[in-house]
Amino acid sequence: MQVTKGVTCPFCGVTCDDLEIHVEDGQIREVKNACVLGRDTFLHHLKGLATPRIDGKPASVDACIDAAADILARARYPLIYGLDSTELHAQRKAIELADLIGANIDHTSSICHAPSLQAVQTVGLPTCTMGEVKNRADLVIFWGCNPAEAHPRHATRFSVTPKGMFTPQGRKDRTIIHVDVRKTPSTRMADAFIQIKPHSDYEIFSVLTALVKGHDLDLSEVGGVPMEEWRRLVSLMKDADYGILHWGMGLTMTRGKYLNIVAALRLCQELHRFTKFQGAPLRGHGNVVGMAQVLTWQTGFPFAVNLSRGYPRFNPGEFSVADLLARGEVDAALVIGADAVGNVPKQAAEHIKSIPLICVDPKESETTRVAKIVIPAAQAAVAAAGVAYRMDHIPLPMKKVVDSPYPSDREILDRIIAGVSARRPELVRRMRPAASAGA
Amino acid sequence: MGRTFILITGRSTPQGRTIHLGKDAKEYVDVVSALEMNEADMAGLGLGDGDAVRLASRHGHAVLRCKKGNLPPGLVFAAYGAFVNALIGPDTQGTGMPDSKGIEIEVEKHAGH
Amino acid sequence: MTQAPRTQAFRIRGGRVYDPANGIDGSVKEICVEDGRVVRECRGAAEVIDATGLVVMPGGIDIHTHVASPAVNAARALRPEDHRANCCPRRPGLRSGVGNTIPSTFNTGYLYARLGYTTIMEAATPPIGTRHTHEELNDIPIVDKGCYLLMGNNEFLMRYIKAGEMDKLKQYVGWLVTSLKAYGLKLVNPGGVEQWKHGKDVEGLDDRIDHFDVTPRQIIQALAWANEELGLPHSIHIHANRLGIPGNCGVTLETLRALEGRRVHLAHVQFHSYGGDGGWSGFTSRAKDLADYVNAHPNVTVDVGQVVFGDATTITADGPWQYRLHKLTKNKWYNSDVEIETGSGIVPYVYREKNFVNALQWAIGLETFLLIDDPWRVYLSTDHPNAGPFVFYPWVIKLLMDAPFRAEMLKRVHPRVASRSLLPGLTREYTLNEIAIVTRAGPARALGLRNKGHLGVGADADVAIYPDARDREEMFERPVYVFKDGRIVVRDGEVVETCPGRTLYADVPADDRLIKEIGDLFQAYYTVEVENFPIPLEDLAGHEAIPVGRPGARAGESR
Repeated sequence: MQVTKGVTCPFCGVTCDDLEIHVEDGQIREVKNACVLGRDTFLHHLKGLATPRIDGKPASVDACIDAAADILARARYPLIYGLDSTELHAQRKAIELADLIGANIDHTSSICHAPSLQAVQTVGLPTCTMGEVKNRADLVIFWGCNPAEAHPRHATRFSVTPKGMFTPQGRKDRTIIHVDVRKTPSTRMADAFIQIKPHSDYEIFSVLTALVKGHDLDLSEVGGVPMEEWRRLVSLMKDADYGILHWGMGLTMTRGKYLNIVAALRLCQELHRFTKFQGAPLRGHGNVVGMAQVLTWQTGFPFAVNLSRGYPRFNPGEFSVADLLARGEVDAALVIGADAVGNVPKQAAEHIKSIPLICVDPKESETTRVAKIVIPAAQAAVAAAGVAYRMDHIPLPMKKVVDSPYPSDREILDRIIAGVSARRPELVRRMRPAASAGA
Repeated sequence: MGRTFILITGRSTPQGRTIHLGKDAKEYVDVVSALEMNEADMAGLGLGDGDAVRLASRHGHAVLRCKKGNLPPGLVFAAYGAFVNALIGPDTQGTGMPDSKGIEIEVEKHAGH
Repeated sequence: MTQAPRTQAFRIRGGRVYDPANGIDGSVKEICVEDGRVVRECRGAAEVIDATGLVVMPGGIDIHTHVASPAVNAARALRPEDHRANCCPRRPGLRSGVGNTIPSTFNTGYLYARLGYTTIMEAATPPIGTRHTHEELNDIPIVDKGCYLLMGNNEFLMRYIKAGEMDKLKQYVGWLVTSLKAYGLKLVNPGGVEQWKHGKDVEGLDDRIDHFDVTPRQIIQALAWANEELGLPHSIHIHANRLGIPGNCGVTLETLRALEGRRVHLAHVQFHSYGGDGGWSGFTSRAKDLADYVNAHPNVTVDVGQVVFGDATTITADGPWQYRLHKLTKNKWYNSDVEIETGSGIVPYVYREKNFVNALQWAIGLETFLLIDDPWRVYLSTDHPNAGPFVFYPWVIKLLMDAPFRAEMLKRVHPRVASRSLLPGLTREYTLNEIAIVTRAGPARALGLRNKGHLGVGADADVAIYPDARDREEMFERPVYVFKDGRIVVRDGEVVETCPGRTLYADVPADDRLIKEIGDLFQAYYTVEVENFPIPLEDLAGHEAIPVGRPGARAGESR
């Protein structure tokens, strides 16, 4: 039995790096320290595996890579998408490919926390790493998110129970508030639950900010909740030593989109007149933060990037995946490490099914089912090593704990790049250093 | 005769767990084809636990199975997945983000499977 | 060390060479390069580079810049509007990118190389984010690079200081430098960033930090001691308390006095040379007081942090300062408190000629350059991008070399500056030799880089060849040739070849005696596993270990 400690889990943005994996005969037998989502990620590593195929017929991986290079070398307005369930070096390769062929490149943040990123671009962000939450936070507000189900160990590692430097009593040193349109398993973690009406977040945050600023408001309720309760919340926030507001899709996906978060962040910034008050989005499916990071440092922009003019352009609504697909603008797509077809609105899914679609994934998905070319990959963090980012932008190494008969995402992309370069030599003409002066 | 509800889509633990079995696995399909509803709302529509319901938004329709859930009246919940994607439209108001939560839908009992 | 492949040999003939470290001040001399090094003569057939009428210098060295770190990337993500101002299209073999105040990584390497710079130092990386910093540095082509670890607000360090456990402190610092492949130690507002976690700052060196009950003075002295004990090639590098606040010069001088007898590098000293009573109306320059101190104390080196008018982005670990700037400007504001270690803050900023404060800041930087006598101890920087983007270094050089041009600028800026600054009376003009010192030879010496900053036999073949243009800005912004490790990477101001460059790190011997205790501290207070903290050498695209000296080296000793 081979035991590996300090293993990093790829499933959600908590990116636990303390897993213990037991492997025997090439199969994972036991997983320690993980939540159910992480445990199942590792235990089911051999289930639902994708097989290499072209037009539904079995083909070799080499043939699939070749066919993919063919499509991408000739595409006029391609899309490279996905990239959350993979690791940094593969993400780098995807951007290199996009730069080479002048593609659109976007990732799952686009339909997840992109509004949070847009809000940050608008007003900034007062935030901290999760260790500060563990060590200092005495007031934690979960707003429009459900960490109990989406980020199960967030509560025990960071935000609810852990004993930290200034929170030696753990849970007793914290007040937890849950604000949402419905009760969820996360409500059980909280000291108080505030049920609000759908689509009322922007108004509520605006009112809270006005209260923090000391304005008198002639209102009896907002968001379906009486003002008295909001005044109590504001009091709690001002009196905290170190407060934090965590948010999720409840703010990004509802009416107002990024403006909801702009209002939430302005509130946190305004609270700095009284105390430390941070905001932190609960990012992440997988390594989506990593993709945003490397895309930012290589192109300047965190998502929805277009390279078709030879330089990076950014415009949510124009170059974001949902809009590109809904408007039917893309003529070929490469989807890596995400289930595009399963997670975009139907009209967008219909378009991506109608164009040459290459899917690189360790597992079968809605996308592999309809893709023209399916290239199975070694699963990142399980059968392929690399680097992933936690929701608070901390990078962590990913280990390889089992073998796979298939190449890693990074290797597949590298070979696609080589295939495209061979077909389009004018894109990669090797430079020679200029010789003597005057030459 | 349908009634108007607000649909919340989201992640759930069962959805997160069964996703590893592959999206054809029965366990996964069972999770993402379920619609959680307030008990009184179900009664109002003549629905029993497990009955088929037809959801219709401006953009499309879908058939799910209803089950009792801890929801305020007027709100229904389904996990992320192909079933609910039919209900989500392409308009992102120029933000890139579709209207994936808080979708106005009509819900009625569905005759047949 | 990873070596560049065997390269061509070149004979650079006929150029006027400025190699201050070897006493060469403009004489016409042939420089031979082969296999990536400067050689006495080429063994094999060599290509001749006719440098007649051109100026030959070692490649530039930036001792303090912010180009790669979690905070720098947060700044990129914060400011899409900054990137739209400037784009860098892809070319065969070169990657696309964006420019202006926070360039994307590939473009950062290209832009530096196009100025003739071949080595850059990322001035601030938090330990827990240093893996990120190295990944970004891996994507900055051509130039060699290193990074300084943020240590001045480290909570474990403060515990050791309080307990008087200096030996453990040294082992902990050594473990961090080795594990994280860092070059040196950085202090930013020591103690103040920890206080910012309670919404406060420090006012003086003897303020007591909440909970840890140590003072900035103790932190500074402990780290300076550890730095020398470990024999790190560079001295400690300090962004002093009270940056940017009128009247802060007193604290700056006290910081230096706390380290008398030890080597110390004071960063972006312009921001720390202010007189006045704390408000902006009484804002004055005390650059002369600082320059007098530097002139009298050979243990001190500084980089200036010269203001360049136009767009800037302030990015520092100085959380409380950044909040102050946000309140002052009402610009968008990013802050991140980093567990156990430090913080960061980002606020966009614009320096305006007609703004009295900005114009006086600009003048203070120039006063600093002109009043410090020894060019070996004052270095050119704009604390990129805090006081301005590095692409304007040629403009700063022109201001230093061309007194009439300086006088013209003085007429353009806010009229009150002339009477509040010594600048009108400072007619000194930097010579090419002095420019070569403040941008190459001096930083190399302060960094302990024996093979850089000069063109003697054995040096890395990092060479910049400039036209001898009358307009010194034009001269330094468009080199005719730039060599990196003996290969031509820039020709007539354009990048013609790229390579990964090497990450330089201090070769502190591994010492794991404290690992169990560090592991326990990690378990209790961090949120990552101690075994996942260190960065393996193979994660660096290229690397070179820089030797450490014997412990307890005396101040002022050249390395």
